[in-house]
Amino acid sequence: MTDHSEVDAVTGKSTTGHEWDGIKELNTPLPRWWVISFYLTIIWSIAYWIVYPAWPLIQSNTTGVFGYSSRADVAVELANLEKIRGDKMVALGAASLADIEKAPALLALARAKGKTVFGDNCVPCHGSGGAGAKGYPNLNDDEWLWGGTLDQIMQTIQYGVRSGHAKTHEGQMLAFGKDGVLKSDEIVTVANYVRSLAGLPTRNGFDAAKGEKIFAENCAACHGDGGKGNQELGAPNLTDKIWLYGSDEASLIETIGQGRAGVMPAWEGRLDPATIKAMAVYVHSLGGGK
Amino acid sequence: MNKTVNPKDLTSDDDYGPLYAARKKVYPQSVSGAFRRIKWGLMAVCLGVYYFLPFVRWNRGFGAPNQAVLIDLPNSRFYFFFIELWPQEVYYFTGLLIVAAVALFLMNSIGGRIWCGYLCPQTVWTDLFYAVERLIEGDRRERMKKDKSSDPMKLERISEIVLKHSIWLLIAWWTGGAWVLYFNDAPTLVKELVTFQAPMIAYIWIGILTATTYLLAGYMREQVCTYMCPWPRIQAALTDEWALNVTYRYDRGEKRTSVKKAAELRALGEQVGDCVDCYQCVAVCPTGIDIRNGPQMECIQCGLCIDACDNVMTKIGRPKRLIGYDNDINIQRRQEGKAPVYRIVRARTIVYSAIIVAIGGFMTYTLATRSLLDVNVLHDRNPIAVKLSDGSIRNAYTVRLLNKSGYDRVIAIDAHGPANATVHIIGVDSVTPDRPMIVIPRDSTSELRLLVTAPADDNPQKSIPVRFHVTDIGLGEVASATDNFVSP
Repeated sequence: MTDHSEVDAVTGKSTTGHEWDGIKELNTPLPRWWVISFYLTIIWSIAYWIVYPAWPLIQSNTTGVFGYSSRADVAVELANLEKIRGDKMVALGAASLADIEKAPALLALARAKGKTVFGDNCVPCHGSGGAGAKGYPNLNDDEWLWGGTLDQIMQTIQYGVRSGHAKTHEGQMLAFGKDGVLKSDEIVTVANYVRSLAGLPTRNGFDAAKGEKIFAENCAACHGDGGKGNQELGAPNLTDKIWLYGSDEASLIETIGQGRAGVMPAWEGRLDPATIKAMAVYVHSLGGGK
Repeated sequence: MNKTVNPKDLTSDDDYGPLYAARKKVYPQSVSGAFRRIKWGLMAVCLGVYYFLPFVRWNRGFGAPNQAVLIDLPNSRFYFFFIELWPQEVYYFTGLLIVAAVALFLMNSIGGRIWCGYLCPQTVWTDLFYAVERLIEGDRRERMKKDKSSDPMKLERISEIVLKHSIWLLIAWWTGGAWVLYFNDAPTLVKELVTFQAPMIAYIWIGILTATTYLLAGYMREQVCTYMCPWPRIQAALTDEWALNVTYRYDRGEKRTSVKKAAELRALGEQVGDCVDCYQCVAVCPTGIDIRNGPQMECIQCGLCIDACDNVMTKIGRPKRLIGYDNDINIQRRQEGKAPVYRIVRARTIVYSAIIVAIGGFMTYTLATRSLLDVNVLHDRNPIAVKLSDGSIRNAYTVRLLNKSGYDRVIAIDAHGPANATVHIIGVDSVTPDRPMIVIPRDSTSELRLLVTAPADDNPQKSIPVRFHVTDIGLGEVASATDNFVSP
């Protein structure tokens, strides 16, 4: 070690003895307070390791001395959330569907809750706004296969359609072509007849009388004499402007020939009753509810 | 022995030397005079407003806060006497900040750093802390002597220090306490604070402001102005040759000589300056500068040196205002034997005033004519339109209604645009098919789901502009919003 007691002429400070390209390094130690803070942080960190869960071990980890765990914190927070929401969800569960729509606070809660649950469970089929798609009903319009009152909507959500649940909605469009009930030309005729019921243009030279006869013999049992539909059986109204599987001739021929049987799962058991109620209110408030 | 170089020995060509100079503690001497009186007066006004404004009451009717100035964060409201601002109206604060900035420019172009010297919180609180220090530890000389004294701490000295810091902390604590009162009902909060019932955040803020007040006004003092504040740098770009600044009139002061020598020389008929080199202007300066060195960044232009110099000039029987508010032009004019000119009305001040008047006027106008009923409409995206079984088209909208008034309103909503349209609000049974009514509680917003249905045959276009009118049934006040009615 060389003698470092050289003193810089300009500043009057001693140097460290290091020199690069004629520049000498002044001996300017870190401030005492800084060094003390630095040591304190080290002591703090060691204390932290001991007090809180920190070190991963092979099977588990050190648990700390105070028994703190972030998972317990989460459990507490969740319990708090339950406590905050509890009363409101109980109120929602207790109120009748009609009352919920009359009470602005309950309606707002049901819509908010229903919207998030709809997003988690219903969107894959019905779309984020309930707009539906071919084969998946639009929940915003006023055409309801199984009824659009609050109670009917809730029933459909609860038990589903052809879901296998004991109380589910049953009923299906038969495959008249596949099963050999109707011949191809008869299917074309009745398809055109159905289009005429809805006020849609028909194929030139189609035999309306024959169509009417086929319809009366094969279709009216479910869809009604005038094709007005039957919600008991989930048979759609054929005279309106809303078509779940399309209203063009080809789609109708496919429907009559191959049959239709869409499935909606039952949500009872998967969602609690208050949540199902909230969802019914939400769907009803989309605008299509009766 | 360390060989040190005095910076004064260095010529301007010597570009080496310490880059850092340790702070030299400033011991401002007490002074009396016109500017000191102005400063006391403004200090009283500023502190009075700050400490007592939260206690001013303002009747806003039942259920509304009756505090004149209140920043109600939980409910997102700002109350200022008769004005109530909602979060979506924060642009008024932008306007206020612009006006404040231009007002600062205007002050600067007229009288230099008036803000710094008289109104800045840093100046006001530092001045107050100095007053406390002076009261307890004595004036400049005594304080310097006490600080330099190497005697062991005597009980008297210790009690002085303890007393000073206690009073400083008390002021600082009161400063923090007054701050939180602007965010909650003041009398209630005071009661809660005393009984330790107040929310933790209140204590935290009091702690933060106590600490900053104590540190900034007790310890940092002029360093805040010199090193932390950007304004000294900015103001240099705003000042011009007409702006009045605290100025040493060196044309009158130089050459400096002692009183005795000056009298002798004058008796001989020789020209001597009025400055007697008494250093009073330096002694009273809160930033520790010598104003006779000309305009300096550190000068906050508080005018205390003017008072100090005037007192001396009166004593030695010379005219006052050897140091005074003056501008660059007049120094030159006096040297040329011309009369001084002061020009406050100039292009610069006219423009600044015009900007203040324009923005202030616009803000006042919009504030006075703003609607207390407001409506925002958002069209549903998915589905954008729904075809109903009878072939008519329905569009859904989320409508947000804002009732900023202090009373519940009964409003009716109707839609203009699509022919034969009906309007329905979810959860509301419409009495009339196209004009549902609903109550919006006072001082609140309501979000509604609105359905507009119109026959497709009557509305063949793909998209029709639709205008929603929200009418207060009682008062006839109308708010509107426009969107589109879309066909699938």
